[in-house]
Amino acid sequence: MTIQFNKETFRDDYSFRNSDWAIKRFPFPFHEDSYMYSVNMEQHRGGPEGSVYEKRFDVDEHYVSEMQDRALVLADDPLRCQSLPHMTLAGWDTLELIMVSKSEDYPDLFELDRDGDRWRWINKPMGIDHTFTFLDETTLPCGPLEYITRQAQGDFAVLDQRNDMLYMDAGMVTTQADWSLDFDIGMDFFEWHAPVPLAHEMGIFKRALKFLLNIQQGAPARRLNWTMTVNPLLDTSPENYHKWGVQKATLTPDNIGAKQHLRVELQTFYRLPRSNALLFPIRCYLIAFQDIVTIPKWGRRLHRVVRDLPEELADYKGFIDNRPLMLDYLSKFDDGLPTSAGVWPDLDTEPPLSK
Amino acid sequence: MSAAPQKTKAGAEKIDVTVSAVVKLNALVTRFEFTRTDGKEFPPFSAGAHTVVEMNDDGRTRLNPYSLMSDPADPTIYAISVRRDDAGRGGSLFMHNNVNVGDRMTLSYPVNLFPLDLRGRKHVFLAGGIGITPFMAMIAHLERISAPWEMHYACRSKELGSYVDELTGKYPSKVHVYFDDQDQKLPLEDLLDGQPLGTHVYVCGPKGMINWVHSTAAAHGWPEEHVHSEEFLAPQPGKPFEVRLCKSDITIQVGENESLLEAIERCGVEAPFLCRGGACGQCETDVVEADGTFDHRDHWLDDEEHASGKKIMPCVSRFVGKTLVLDR
Repeated sequence: MTIQFNKETFRDDYSFRNSDWAIKRFPFPFHEDSYMYSVNMEQHRGGPEGSVYEKRFDVDEHYVSEMQDRALVLADDPLRCQSLPHMTLAGWDTLELIMVSKSEDYPDLFELDRDGDRWRWINKPMGIDHTFTFLDETTLPCGPLEYITRQAQGDFAVLDQRNDMLYMDAGMVTTQADWSLDFDIGMDFFEWHAPVPLAHEMGIFKRALKFLLNIQQGAPARRLNWTMTVNPLLDTSPENYHKWGVQKATLTPDNIGAKQHLRVELQTFYRLPRSNALLFPIRCYLIAFQDIVTIPKWGRRLHRVVRDLPEELADYKGFIDNRPLMLDYLSKFDDGLPTSAGVWPDLDTEPPLSK
Repeated sequence: MSAAPQKTKAGAEKIDVTVSAVVKLNALVTRFEFTRTDGKEFPPFSAGAHTVVEMNDDGRTRLNPYSLMSDPADPTIYAISVRRDDAGRGGSLFMHNNVNVGDRMTLSYPVNLFPLDLRGRKHVFLAGGIGITPFMAMIAHLERISAPWEMHYACRSKELGSYVDELTGKYPSKVHVYFDDQDQKLPLEDLLDGQPLGTHVYVCGPKGMINWVHSTAAAHGWPEEHVHSEEFLAPQPGKPFEVRLCKSDITIQVGENESLLEAIERCGVEAPFLCRGGACGQCETDVVEADGTFDHRDHWLDDEEHASGKKIMPCVSRFVGKTLVLDR
């Protein structure tokens, strides 16, 4: 498949758009009409053809524009990419994993030729043709983690594993849902999750940590997470809250369909072979409410989920003030009909909106 | 999530291999080298990792973990060294007596429960006997990145000192060997003293040695996180016992020479596992009912959990008594 890359922005005039193809393959995160936390892990070994789960690192129509946005964020704030000194090997692991995966999964877009430690990497969408020496940092323009994650969609947290604990010791974080690598760097798993409500009491993090410590080489895992974002902003960081926080107050009944976005993270987990670190790619997908409701099942379900979400979660996810406005809008797309189980659009079997 | 959550598979991913070399090192230890049967390269691994070797012993499946001791930078072979244990349950004897060059076997993907702490400014290795194996890979890795290390290796005698000549020949100033039969003692207190800040110590050997290193280092004020150990427990034989698996709705017998986990697998019930040596925690199983005494032999559960009688690690632990019902 050849992808037509969008010319679009995630700031200023917000020209970001999802094509019909991107809407139908959107990773809708709700498998039933309500939502509560769970350690909702499954193996990351492919998925239905064309879905975002199919490839190890999904490449879509937003690839080039997302990489341009990342470059802008880094130019303003180089601390969005950090790697503690002992994490360089994990950076090479990450580079190897992404280059091998992308060249195998998208041979028309990426090529990797390896002759011993001499590697040639061709990234056609970004116009890169680079020959370097694997494990020799002096042959790259920047560290291996920064080099490859400037060419891969989504954020990347690289977690060192020591003494039955994970530590946030490296990462590239420019498309985040309000957390900061610069703040979290060096923290352990419980420290960086401290702000999350309810889940600690439910024992979620203890179980999640146990699961993650046991992720094995060759057996990656995945889960989804979600939140809400006004305007298609990739960079909703604490560092820039003063810029995007105020935009939440610009929603009106007239513009909510276009401005309010569901933000979904496809989180994957890979054991890195050479360093034994854990790679945690967090890929952000955005979709406007007016695009979600073109899928009748998703329109019905999103209304019910937003309506019934516990206060603490609506507050933590940052949309409690806008919830009444969202419900006014979404209720127009909920006719009360039952919905089919699972996350897929089921366009052929689910009835059209009857109201 | 996207679809119904998939069940976690029992054990790690597998690789079909062909035995490419069998090298007898001494009266007790033999090295086995493997290449991939499909001709591809092995996945890279991190020093300290082990693989679980699957043996087909006349229809009976044996699964034994062994440290990978080849150079992690060499993707063409994986190598292990196996010490013959005449009193064991037969896995090492099978390797020694029945495995030949050209045989096809199955290995698991590498699993690392004994990684280097890559923050270490210096790495000190303490090996006892066959505990030398993970350090062979660690040394290869550290030499490649020019990181400082030293090794202290205790073995029974010159004849039984696996890789002693190779190591002392290549790294004469870094490797120190102590032979029991010459009354040479590993000078633990002296060598712990005066190490630079940021040094990490790693010990692999018999249980007594591991405990000795941990307690001596603690007494000398070493931070716990700077002292690393790995001890693979081989499941020990014991009296046969009966277990009810309530989820599977069957009652099974655990034989004298098999582990509880092996008995569960033999009866066709899939149970999670990784290390099969009481260390990784993967096979942790809830006890529904028990009337008798547990023989806990794992490193995973803490003392409180052992005393509670609510959990068991079936890869190494056993049970003596009237009734045992597991949530499996």
